[in-house]
Amino acid sequence: MTHSQAPVAALLTVYVIGVAVFVPQILSWQTLRDVVIAMLPLLVAVIGETFVLIVAGIDLSMTAVMGMGSVVAASIMTGTGGYLAGNPLAVPVGILVFVGVGLLVGVFNGICVARLRMPAFMVSLATMMFVGGLAVWYTSWHTRSVSISNLPELFRRIGYGTVFGMPIAFLLAVAVSLIAHSVLSRTLLGRWLYAVGRNEKAARISGVPVERVVTMAFVISGLCAALAAVIYTSRVETGTPVLAQNLLLDIIGAAVIGGVSLFGGQGTVMAALTGVLFLTVLDKGLQLLGLSLFMVLAVKGSVILLAAVLDVARQRLSESR
Amino acid sequence: MREDAHTLTTTAMSSDQGHPVDVQQVPLLSLREVTKSFFGVTVLHGVSFDLQPGEVLGLVGQNGSGKSTTMNILGGVHQRDSGEIVIGGTHYRPRVPRDAEDAGIAFIQQELNIFANLSVQENLLMGRFPKLGRWLPVISFRRLRERARQLLAAVDLQVSPHASASTLSPGERQLLEIAKALSLNAKIIIFDEPTTSLTSRESERLFALIGRLRHQGIGIIYISHLLADVVRLADQIVVLRDGHVVRRGPKAAMTVDDLVTAMVGRSIEALFPNRSRRGATGATVLEVERVSQPGIVRNVSFSVAEGEIVGIAGLMGSGRTELARILFGLDPFESGRVAVTGRPFAKPEPRACIAGGMAFLTEDRRHEGLMMEGSVAANLELAALPEHARGISRLIDDRRLRQRMSAIKEQLDIKSGDLRTTPVKTLSGGNQQKVVIGKWLLRQPKLFILDEPTRGLDVGAKQEVNKAIVQLADAGTAVLMISSELEELIGMCDRVLVMNRGEVGRTIERSAFEREAILKAAMWKGIGT
Repeated sequence: MTHSQAPVAALLTVYVIGVAVFVPQILSWQTLRDVVIAMLPLLVAVIGETFVLIVAGIDLSMTAVMGMGSVVAASIMTGTGGYLAGNPLAVPVGILVFVGVGLLVGVFNGICVARLRMPAFMVSLATMMFVGGLAVWYTSWHTRSVSISNLPELFRRIGYGTVFGMPIAFLLAVAVSLIAHSVLSRTLLGRWLYAVGRNEKAARISGVPVERVVTMAFVISGLCAALAAVIYTSRVETGTPVLAQNLLLDIIGAAVIGGVSLFGGQGTVMAALTGVLFLTVLDKGLQLLGLSLFMVLAVKGSVILLAAVLDVARQRLSESR
Repeated sequence: MREDAHTLTTTAMSSDQGHPVDVQQVPLLSLREVTKSFFGVTVLHGVSFDLQPGEVLGLVGQNGSGKSTTMNILGGVHQRDSGEIVIGGTHYRPRVPRDAEDAGIAFIQQELNIFANLSVQENLLMGRFPKLGRWLPVISFRRLRERARQLLAAVDLQVSPHASASTLSPGERQLLEIAKALSLNAKIIIFDEPTTSLTSRESERLFALIGRLRHQGIGIIYISHLLADVVRLADQIVVLRDGHVVRRGPKAAMTVDDLVTAMVGRSIEALFPNRSRRGATGATVLEVERVSQPGIVRNVSFSVAEGEIVGIAGLMGSGRTELARILFGLDPFESGRVAVTGRPFAKPEPRACIAGGMAFLTEDRRHEGLMMEGSVAANLELAALPEHARGISRLIDDRRLRQRMSAIKEQLDIKSGDLRTTPVKTLSGGNQQKVVIGKWLLRQPKLFILDEPTRGLDVGAKQEVNKAIVQLADAGTAVLMISSELEELIGMCDRVLVMNRGEVGRTIERSAFEREAILKAAMWKGIGT
């Protein structure tokens, strides 16, 4: 898959040089650190989305899962009226809650898509609405505020803290990347994921348990959403239902920019990483150039659209051959 | 093959065989030495024939003999490489199907071009609706209805112009297609397997209509597998085999037997590998007992033993592919019993069948056999992955897998570059098919079901695939193979089951193999019932 990342990397270099002409600051260590820190949770989420895209599905519910996990876990951990306030188990249980929410929604999406043969787009759009709504309701039920703050110090350290001089979030993202990479490239599940995405019929006839594989893809996507939510929540230091509100297009866009195909069968952790890096640097550069938020959104939207167009063109080309 | 070549300057010639109409003797349609090849494989080697006004020309040949290509060239779907086509005295070289329509050629196909959601009259005059006025582009429904009535009467179809096309029977839809052809002033109507979905009464009605169309001076090309119908209807018959016109002449000189002999040809032995030994070498592997699925297959019983190659002959739609899919658990069956190595089917689904030792090569290599976007290795390894997965993380033992895949590549002589980096779509058709076979060989199946393993392959590739199948059988695998090509079944099999309308009509042992017998059993309606 390296051939699909080379052009993106080249484009990125050209962009950075172009921006540097106006804002030399982009070539500083500070910027690099900002970019890496900013891209970590997004990378985790995009890796999850990649699993679903490989089986030719799509998961639109990731951001809702993040919001839901954020508020439920926060309601347990918070020092003001939390269910386990002050308890040393608060943080581990809180993290388990994140994971639990991710698993639950993932399994539900997976079963609807794989067993009930519903379109992934529809299923995950519906769960996005439902879980997103539920998260807002849960917040208002738990507290009178719009978010849940006063999270334990231990939990807040996940976002910016370090162990052995390495940021915890960085270690977490690296671990997720490495595990995901070996699952995709070296395990039975990985081979099956690609097979289902490339040709579901041929996979089924060759004995691939298509339903199980598709369900697993959604479960992994839910898990990744949960882990990304842990990092985001600890960074904003509050549980909020709108945690990842504007992130959905970034997640899918980054995957597509990196070369993960919307038509299935193609995608790697390298692709996810490339896409996330590109999008984050793009964002940073536009900010440094002093563009307004709306302009940044417009440019990002255009880039993602362009990537999707290229994906469609590539698909046409390979079909006509 | 040019003994009766009409030249365009020949004008006066006596009307032969009492033609119903006595019009000018310039042929309506004339093909001269038309050739066509696809990707270097020549599929038409100089096809020539003439069609006179008011004549029915029967065109017969096995699958792959070049009938469809000839018709696609006439219809503007493909362009000929060389040769000449003349329609009514003018050169004809269609670029798009619309050119064929403009030249007065109409196709009545197996899959009809009917918009089921529209009414009969809308279907008839689609795209040519009468307008209220030249500058008033609003449909005049009164004139539309009148025109539709006339056309329906011409083909004797008694339905309301307002009826929805979805309410028509297959036979009525066909008449609607013919009426549409008439509305386009078609001078040549080509029927491709028109009776496959018709009842015998509807067929009779169609034949009567064809008779009337002849009398109006329309030239008709009639393509069918049902030779009895062709002999009955046609004035002239052209037999194609491997892209050659092998026989051509007035109907009077030909019988069904002659046609079958001409279609089948005589060069079988060289095409098929010698088998060191024939027949069963061990225990029964597959037992099928009275398997039925309403409307699909009825009461099918047979068995296949180790080392045996059993063939299934039958026309498209005879239930042969459906039977294979049932045996592999892809489609359900209502009653009966299927057992592999003595154990009855646990669950009718592919995974269970594969676990039980079955392998299946589908007739649709591109959509069901291979992941065309994947590498050769990704395709080869697919069925054997679980047995190469280690430990709780199910890590794939790539080293061993690669060794085994290389061995299979050698064994089947798959011509491919590096297995991991070569996309399977870049291989030739024959090598792609060998990849599908190799995929299953990695699992060392006890029973291999092959549905049209050599379809669409050229002669050399066919030979290689057949060699691989014989290797399998020699190694003790039970083989069940479906083929439309009788030579192949005769050359390869120990026994041939002839399927007809969902039933196994006859079982023919090797000693009694005769091309004609098998072809007749498969082609004639009602054999075995």
